[in-house]
Amino acid sequence: MSQLKTDYAQDLVLARKPSSLAWYGLLLAILLLIPHTLSEFYVGEMSFVFIYAIAGVGLMLLTGYTGLVSLGHAAFLGIGAYANAILLAKGVPFALSLPAAGLIAAFAGVVIGIPTLRMSGLYLAIATLAFGSIVGLVAEKWDSLTGGFDGFPVPHPSVLGLVITAPTGVYYLALGVLVLVVLVAMNILRSPLGRAMVAIRDSEISAQSMGINLALYKTVAFAISAGITGLAGALFALYVRHLAPDSFGVLLSIQLVTIVFIGGLGSLQGAIFGAIFVAQLPQVIAIVRDDLPFGIGRMPGLEPSLFGLILVLVIMFEPAGIHGRWLKLKRWCREFPLHRRAAFRRQKTYAKTDRLR
Amino acid sequence: MDDVVRLLQLAINGAAAGCIYGMVALGFVLIYKATEMVNFAQGELMMLGAFFAYTFVSILGFNYWVGFVLAIFATAAFGYLLDAIVLRRVIGQPQFAVVMLTLGLAFIFRAVAGAIWGYDAVGFTTPFTNKIANLGGGLVLGQDNLSIIVGTVILCAVLYLFFSRTRLGIAMQASSQNQLAAYYMGIPVRTVFSLIWAISAGVAAVAAMLLVPVQMIDVNMGIVGLKAFGAAVLGGFGSIPGALVGGIVIGVVEQMAGYYLPAGSMELTSNVVLLAVLILRPQGLFGQVIRKRV
Repeated sequence: MSQLKTDYAQDLVLARKPSSLAWYGLLLAILLLIPHTLSEFYVGEMSFVFIYAIAGVGLMLLTGYTGLVSLGHAAFLGIGAYANAILLAKGVPFALSLPAAGLIAAFAGVVIGIPTLRMSGLYLAIATLAFGSIVGLVAEKWDSLTGGFDGFPVPHPSVLGLVITAPTGVYYLALGVLVLVVLVAMNILRSPLGRAMVAIRDSEISAQSMGINLALYKTVAFAISAGITGLAGALFALYVRHLAPDSFGVLLSIQLVTIVFIGGLGSLQGAIFGAIFVAQLPQVIAIVRDDLPFGIGRMPGLEPSLFGLILVLVIMFEPAGIHGRWLKLKRWCREFPLHRRAAFRRQKTYAKTDRLR
Repeated sequence: MDDVVRLLQLAINGAAAGCIYGMVALGFVLIYKATEMVNFAQGELMMLGAFFAYTFVSILGFNYWVGFVLAIFATAAFGYLLDAIVLRRVIGQPQFAVVMLTLGLAFIFRAVAGAIWGYDAVGFTTPFTNKIANLGGGLVLGQDNLSIIVGTVILCAVLYLFFSRTRLGIAMQASSQNQLAAYYMGIPVRTVFSLIWAISAGVAAVAAMLLVPVQMIDVNMGIVGLKAFGAAVLGGFGSIPGALVGGIVIGVVEQMAGYYLPAGSMELTSNVVLLAVLILRPQGLFGQVIRKRV
């Protein structure tokens, strides 16, 4: 950034410039007004984006800041969704069932994290993939708990005496949780825990030699990430109102990972950008479906392959994602016409190897 | 007596399924050992191999054995180009970037295969389809399953001879042990990597050809890749015999689970084994624990 830091306190402030505080305040004000101006359809779509963004922030803490990839986060989303729905159906008030859903998901994260996080990050990816398919299958087979393929109707919760039925209710709820989660994430990132996570991402060996307990911090990061994703799942249950076990499969996990990769690893804004992109891509496909040449639009499996293609292109050509592109654009505008091409040249790190040797 | 025969039959059928997992796992391990990349699209390479074979044998009408060889070479060429065009560009990026890249490729392969060959399951007759080998003592097995086991043994022998006796095989071993040193010795490391991708894709094609008698070819057959992960982890990710042993263990356990445990446990087997291995013996059966030197 352009200004130099002269004080450690500057490292800890949440908003680096007063102007950014004002901009985010304005954004929040606009978002609060949206349900009063736009139609119900858009309000629903926005809440969907918020839910994805919550999950994206959760996964960003894990992938973007701790450097671990989880290919089974849909499982935590599903656990959160079913936990919330089942607790609500049992008559637990929403004020308790929402945090409980998050905690249950976080606990599942610890259970899966303890064995796998001792190994290299690769094992986590494989183990979470396996875990994701186990959870999906259990949700299908455990009829008495999840309703199997008949699905599970989600009861309408009440918050402060107001029954949440309209999309507007879910909208405000999701927005509130999103703001809360982002604030929590920002605070984690400026705490010793966040510093430890970033250190682990950049080099496990040096983090370890600085006295960071790798297994402990990785497990904590994984639990926090799973918990936040569980919260997103709880809201997702309210959003869809009817849970089906097959909606939490591998494809959803890939979508969640796509959020953080497309948004830009290592930035919370990136998680939001990515969520907007991933949540709205199916809508865009639906709109242009009939106008595409050669019947591409009616090809089955178009959506997953498009996600795959975008993922491949982003990793090959813009590893910093949308947020990185945005930073480049900002810098380009500021320095115009003195822009230097090499300012953002990618550094390749051949010396780094993940292999134990 | 009946029980023993049944157990033996289950074990051999399981071993046959396990050989397929093992071969796909072998593909992971070959690529991982050499390039430190994990190819999540290995199952999809097998799927492409099966469709290539279908094209040669069923659509173009070649003889089965000619189609076999052509399919292996076509898939191997595809693997070579995949590395040369796509994966070589991401060398030096973090490992998880490669993981995501291959996952993305897997989805693309599926869509492309669906667009070219359609989404219906297809198949073609092989010399082993629907033939029975009576081994005496009431033990009756399908030739299809036996052909898988025999094919795997032959493939392993060929690969073993290749890696231990040929110049290229030894060059591959060298580059997988130390890229820089291999490069200084005049080994064209990048070409060698692409060749390893080619071999790995070729192995996937062999697996596909052996699988054809027992399973229809369709776009989603790459799912086997997920089970093969269990095999690779069980064998200690990075050990070539381990991958095969792991595959066979998973195949046998899966058959037993399908027979003795309630429905649905068969699909869970490989994943449960995978997680259990990670909990109990994370280095796998044949893995070595090596600490990193700074």
